Amino acid sequence: MRWRLIVPVVVVFALIVMLGYGLTRNPSELPSAFIDKPAPSFDVPTLDSDQERITDAAFQGNITLVNVWASWCVACRAEHELITEISRRTGVPVIGLNYKDTREGALRWLGRYGNPFAVVAFDPAGEVGIDWGVAAVPETFVVDRDGTIRYKVVGAITREEMNDTLIPKLRQLKQAS
Amino acid sequence: MIPEIGHFALFLALGLALVQSVLPLYGIARNRADCLAVAAPAAIGQFVMLAVAFVALSFAFYANDFSVTYVAQNSNTELPWFYRLAAVWGAHEGSLLLWMTLLASWSLAVAAASRSLPREVASCVLAVMGAVSVGFLVFTLFTSNPFAREFPAPAEGRDLNPLLQDPGLVIHPPMLYMGYVGFCVAFAFAITALITGRVDSAWTRWTRPWTTAAWVFLTVGVTLGSWWAYNELGWGGWWFWDPVENASFMPWLVGTALIHSLAVTEKRGIFKSWTVLLAITAFALSLLGTFLVRSGVLISVHAFATDPTRGVYILAFFAVVVGGSLLLYAIRAPRFDAGTEPVAALSREGLLLLNNIFLVVAAAGVLLGTLYPILADAMGMGRISVGPPYFNKVFIPLTVPLVVLVGVAAVMAWKRTRAEVLRSRLWAPLLVAIALGVLLPWLALGTNGVVAAAGCVLGGWAIATAFEDVLRRMRGRRVKLPRAVVGMALAHAGVGVFVIGVSLVTAFGAEHDVRLAPGEQASLAGYDFTFKGTRHVEGPNFVSEIGDFIVREDGEQIAELFPEKRRYNASGQTMTESGIDAGIFRDLYVSLGEPLSGEAWSVRIYHRPFVRWIWAGGFLSALGGLIALSDKRYRRRERAAKTVTADTRARVATAEA
Amino acid sequence: MRHALSLLLLLVWSALPTAFAQTADLNDAQLERYHELNAELRCVICQNRSIAESDAPLAKDLRGIVARQLAEGRSDDEIKAYLVERYGEWVLYDPPFSWSTWVLWLGPFVLLFVGLVFVIAVMRGRYRAPEPRPPLDRERLARVLKSHEAGPDDTDKDRS
Repeated sequence: MRWRLIVPVVVVFALIVMLGYGLTRNPSELPSAFIDKPAPSFDVPTLDSDQERITDAAFQGNITLVNVWASWCVACRAEHELITEISRRTGVPVIGLNYKDTREGALRWLGRYGNPFAVVAFDPAGEVGIDWGVAAVPETFVVDRDGTIRYKVVGAITREEMNDTLIPKLRQLKQAS
Repeated sequence: MIPEIGHFALFLALGLALVQSVLPLYGIARNRADCLAVAAPAAIGQFVMLAVAFVALSFAFYANDFSVTYVAQNSNTELPWFYRLAAVWGAHEGSLLLWMTLLASWSLAVAAASRSLPREVASCVLAVMGAVSVGFLVFTLFTSNPFAREFPAPAEGRDLNPLLQDPGLVIHPPMLYMGYVGFCVAFAFAITALITGRVDSAWTRWTRPWTTAAWVFLTVGVTLGSWWAYNELGWGGWWFWDPVENASFMPWLVGTALIHSLAVTEKRGIFKSWTVLLAITAFALSLLGTFLVRSGVLISVHAFATDPTRGVYILAFFAVVVGGSLLLYAIRAPRFDAGTEPVAALSREGLLLLNNIFLVVAAAGVLLGTLYPILADAMGMGRISVGPPYFNKVFIPLTVPLVVLVGVAAVMAWKRTRAEVLRSRLWAPLLVAIALGVLLPWLALGTNGVVAAAGCVLGGWAIATAFEDVLRRMRGRRVKLPRAVVGMALAHAGVGVFVIGVSLVTAFGAEHDVRLAPGEQASLAGYDFTFKGTRHVEGPNFVSEIGDFIVREDGEQIAELFPEKRRYNASGQTMTESGIDAGIFRDLYVSLGEPLSGEAWSVRIYHRPFVRWIWAGGFLSALGGLIALSDKRYRRRERAAKTVTADTRARVATAEA
Repeated sequence: MRHALSLLLLLVWSALPTAFAQTADLNDAQLERYHELNAELRCVICQNRSIAESDAPLAKDLRGIVARQLAEGRSDDEIKAYLVERYGEWVLYDPPFSWSTWVLWLGPFVLLFVGLVFVIAVMRGRYRAPEPRPPLDRERLARVLKSHEAGPDDTDKDRS
C-alpha cells in the first residue's frame, strides 16, 4: 500500500466530518453584524408626532429591547403579546421601530392590539432599518446599558425562544451591573 | 389500493436488490457459478418492481389521489395532466423513486448486455449496483416513503412548486438523473476491477461505452438545466453557480476526465489506477450532489424541502460507499500500475494527462467554492458567501488552457508526435481561429472587443482543429471514418461553439431595468421596446398578467413579446414567464417585474447575443458522444469479449499449472 | 386570505419610491458599475440570489442605496464596506482575500501546481529512466497472484 493512495480516503473523511458539522447548522440563519458592537445611531421623529424626536441616546443607562415592526406584517402580530409579556416580566422597556409604515396604519394597529412600547421611532422609508441591518420585519435587538447590541432575534419571537433565551439573557444583563 | 401495491413493490425491489448484491459477491468469494447466475435475473426483477412502483405513483398523481401525502403536497386538480405526471419527480420522495427506477434501468441494461461479458465481471458489476440500490431503497422506505397515506384525504392538493411548472421540468430531471446514475455503472466496473484485480484493455472496452452513455445524458441534463433556468428564472442568466447547479457540474467535469483517461488506458495500458479512481470519484460526486440538494446544508434557489435526518442517512451512506471504495482502492490499486511506459510531453497521452489535471482541479475548485461556506463556519470564521464572481475568477484560468489543449490533442498521435508535424498541421486552424475572432463578432453584432475576440479565437480554435483532423483523415484514406473519430470531433467542436457563446454573451450582453407605462418605450442595444400594456388572462391553475411589447429595429417591427406575471391559485406564489425572441445571433428577452403605480410596470429588458450557442455547444458535444457510442468497436464487443474470456481461461490454466 | 394579503403587500410596496428614480442620475459608466455591484451583492432574505435578481423589497432598497451612493461618487469598495458593516460579510458574493478566505482563493491554484509538478514528474521520470523492475517484485507479484485465484497477471498483455 502506497501512502499516495491513502490521500483520497483522508480527503473524503475530512469532507464527511465537515458535512456532518454542516448538518447541525442552519445555513440561512445569519448572526447580526452588530453583536457586541455599538447600536447604530439614529435621529428620527416618534410615531406620535413629527415634533418629538428620538435618538440612540435613549439607550444610555438602560437595558432596552428594540423591536422592529410594521402594521402590514403578519408575524409581528403573532409576537405582539410576547413583547408585552417580556416587558412586564423583566421590566425592560421596549422601544419600537416602526418600519416602512404609515402613521395612520401604525397608530390604528397599536390602538387595536395594544401598545407595549415605551416609545416608537417612525421610519417610513426604512432608512434606520437599513442602518440596523434589518432584513425583514420583525426583528428584535437586545441593547445593553452602554448602547451595545448584545443579541438579536430574526423573525417572530416564539414562546419557547422567549422563555429559553430572551428572558434569561435580559435577566443576566440586568444582574451584570 | 394502488399506492399499497406500489409500496409493496418497493419492498420486493429491496429484497431483490439484496439478492442481487449479496449472492454474486458470495459466489465470487466461494467460486460458485450458481450464485453468480442469480445477478441478472434479480436485476431484471428489481427493475420490474421499481417500474410497478413508479407507475403506481404516476397513477396516484394522474388520478389526483390526495390520500397519498406526497401527491397532496405536490399536485392539484387544476394542474394539467402532463405536469401531474412530471410532478412525480417534482419533490424529494418521488425524485428518489425516479433515481432508483433509472438505476434499475441501467442495471437492466447491464444485465441485457451481460452475455457479452465474462459472467464473473457481469455479476460483480450487477452486485455493486444492487448494493447501491439497497442503500437508496432503504432510505426511501424508511425516511422518504412516497406512498405514505393520510386519512382523511384532503379535498385539494397543495400544488406543484410553480417554478417547476415548465416543459423543462418534464425532461430535465430524468436526463440529469440518467447521467448521475449512469456513473454508477462506471463505478461498479471500477469496484469490479478492484475486486477481481484486473484492469486490462478488455475492461476499458467494456467500461467506455457505459461511461460515454452516462456522460451524454449528464451533458444533455446540465444543458437543459441551464436552458430551463434562463427561461424560467427571468434573470436573463444561463448559469448561476448555485449549489444545485454545481452539484451537477462536478460529476460532469470528472466524468469528462474519466472518458479521456479511459481512452489512454485502453490505447496505452497506462494510468490504470488513476482511471479507476476517477470512476469512483465521478459517482462519489453524484452522491455528494444528492446529499447537498437534499440535506439543507447549503442555501440554493432550487433545493428540495430539506430535512436533517435525511441528511444524516445520505451522509452515512456516502461514507460507507465512497469511504469503503476508496479503502478498497488504497489496498488493491498498487497492483495496477506495474508498467513503466514512457509518457512523452508531445503525445496524445501526455496531453490527456494534462487535460485530466485541469478538469480535476476545476472540479476541485467548484467543490471548494461550493462547500467553503460550511468550512468557514466550521472553522469559526463566520458566515461568508461564495458566488459567481469567485467561480468565474477561478474557473476561467483553469478552462482556457483546457480549450487550447482540446485543439492540440486532436492532431496529436499516441506515443510520440514530432513538433514539426504539430506545426504543419496547426497553423491553418490557428489562422481560421484568428479570422473568426476578428470577423465573427463584427459581422454578427457590428462590434468587437478584446474579451469577445479572444473568446472567439479560442472557440474557433477548438472547432477548426476538430475539422482539420476530420478533413485530413478523409483526404488521406478512402475508407469511411470511424464514428468514434467523428464523435470526438463533434464533441470538441461543441466545446468551441459553447466558448464562443459564453464569450459573446459575456462581452456584449446588456440589460436595462426600467419603469414603463403603457405607450412608453425603452431602448437597448439598438432595439426599441414599446410597452403596449398588460391584459388579464386566466390559465388552468393560475391567473396571469400578460404584457405586450413591440420590438423595433430601425423603426421596423421585428418581434412582439408577451412576458407574463403569473399567480398560481393554490399556492399564491407568483412566477415570471419571460418573453423571448430567440435568434441565432441574439435573444431579446423581456421579463415583468412588479406592477407600479397606475398601469406602469417595472420591466427588465435583456439583450443576449449568441446565448443559444451555449446550449447548441452542449447538445453538439452530447451528439458527438452519441455518435462515438455507435462506433463499430462497441458493437463488436460480443466477439471481443469472447476472445478475451478464452484468453483469460487459457492464462488461468497456465497459472494454475 | 393569503391572496388579499399579498395584494396588500403589493400595494404597500408599489406606493414606495423605487430604485428607478435613482438610476436616472447615473451616467453610463456608473450604470455599468451599478449592474456589476448588484450582481456581486447577495440578497439577505431570499434564497441564493443577488440583489440584481431578487424582487424582494429589501433587495430593491439596497439597489436604491447602491445607486444613490454611486451618484454621490462613492467607490465600489466604500459601497461594499457600507453594506458589510450592516449585513456582514455574507452579502459579498465575491469574498475579499483575507485570513479566512486564503484557502478558498489559493486552493485551486496550489492544487493545479501540484498537479503540474506531478505531470512533469511523470513525463521526466518515466521518460528518462525506465527502470527495469527488480526481480524481487515479480516474485512478490507471483505470490500475491497465487493467493488471489481471480487475478491473473494482465500487465504483459496490456503492453503489447
